[in-house]
Amino acid sequence: MTNNRVHVNGLRCRECGRDYPAEPIYTCEWCFGPLEVAYDYDAIKAAVSRESIAAGPPSLWRYSDLLPVASDAAVDLGTGFTPLVRADRLAAELGLGEVWLKNDTRNPTNSFKDRVVSIALSKALEFGFKVAACASTGNLANSVAAHAARAGMRSYVFIPSDLEQGKVITTAVYGGNLVAIEGNYDDVNRLCAELAGVYEWAFVNVNMRPYYAEGSKTLAFETAEQLGWETPDHVVVPVASGSLLTKIRKGFDELHKVGLLDHEPQVRVSGAQALGCSPVASAWIEESDTIRPVKPSTIAKSLAIGNPADGYFALDVVRTTGGGFAAVTDDEIVEGMRLLARTEGIFAETAGGVTVATLKRLAEEGIVRRDERVVVYITGHGLKTLEAVSPTCGPTATIRPTLDAFHEAFDVEEN
Amino acid sequence: MVTIRIPTQLRTLCGGASELKVEGATVAGVLHELDAQHTGFAERLFDDSGALRRFVNVFVDEEDIRFLQGVETTLADGAVVSIVPAVAGG
Repeated sequence: MTNNRVHVNGLRCRECGRDYPAEPIYTCEWCFGPLEVAYDYDAIKAAVSRESIAAGPPSLWRYSDLLPVASDAAVDLGTGFTPLVRADRLAAELGLGEVWLKNDTRNPTNSFKDRVVSIALSKALEFGFKVAACASTGNLANSVAAHAARAGMRSYVFIPSDLEQGKVITTAVYGGNLVAIEGNYDDVNRLCAELAGVYEWAFVNVNMRPYYAEGSKTLAFETAEQLGWETPDHVVVPVASGSLLTKIRKGFDELHKVGLLDHEPQVRVSGAQALGCSPVASAWIEESDTIRPVKPSTIAKSLAIGNPADGYFALDVVRTTGGGFAAVTDDEIVEGMRLLARTEGIFAETAGGVTVATLKRLAEEGIVRRDERVVVYITGHGLKTLEAVSPTCGPTATIRPTLDAFHEAFDVEEN
Repeated sequence: MVTIRIPTQLRTLCGGASELKVEGATVAGVLHELDAQHTGFAERLFDDSGALRRFVNVFVDEEDIRFLQGVETTLADGAVVSIVPAVAGG
């Protein structure tokens, strides 16, 4: 430990509760359940206040007391403290009241993945790893390649070979090894789980996963702080592995546990999936306790995980908080991207289209209500997935450079 | 004869081996044969009701058995069975 402000007791299995030391391990040896960081909340409560956080840097490292790695060892590109913007025009369009957008397209590599990677690689350096690695649907690839470059680590990034060009180039540019696998994300992930048993690398989503996943809590921390230390009534979160949704709930609960909120949070949590890859949404819709893996087929490639590792936990959070799920079509995803851009001036990737389309569905179904304060998580930038909108977005007109040609094309009545 | 790939977490049960060869006609058959040779595998892989634990993934020749016939999936001679813990990501 380089800093006495890390309040970690160890790791604990989320299935059976067995305790483990804080090492680069990720599954319970007994039941294969995922391991999660266990904190000394009394120590955190004694260390933090709203004032101490406000005095911190304008990044996720302002919450370092609630994170599993010391901020003075951070691999930092300036991630976090992204804008939370009121979305009145979108709300009006959907018949809702108070809607806010957490705009995580504004991170260094333009997705929320910078949060988890900044934590994971900081921890990896602390453990002494020299090589960073990951299995990725694209956003994680961008972020691992960038942060590895920043940290001077070598990197191996594994992606499905059919990813959007925007995500391939924006990973390769950082100069690490980029390995395209002939298969889907679940194939890539299985290979990486096996490689992690062979090489002493820091796989951010495998052996660094307990630390990595904690980074997503900072989305909840920022949301509460930006709302004046209040929590929303309802959040809508995209679901791939289910980790983000689960950790946002955990983040709100932790803020209360360490005394930063006046009231116990009552946040309803809803999940967004694409119809072409909706194993968790399907279980919710069918009221099933079993999540059946699927073979993904959707334009929302960043959410195309057919075998979601945290699916059961995400399902449980949505059920116990009284939220809902929707599974939206590719057409609804594109319409969601355009609706967000048209009403709020924010260009999100396909996952954002899934989330906005889910908000629309849940509003129509009365699950998201007009009297609720709603926060919607926009997790990645639209420039990453231009393919999704390029067939329907182009110049309004292409004309010769003359006044006559303009008048012919546009009947402009007002100045 | 079928090859079983053993994940790091379970290698202490079989003297550190990363692969073992066992006889068996189905996934359930080879996993129970594995337990017969190296006590402890069954209680790690199966819950009290006898079903595979929900965070255990089993693949036959790179295909998830939940897309096949689950633990009843039949195995050809020379098949490779991988036991893989669930991992997150995205």
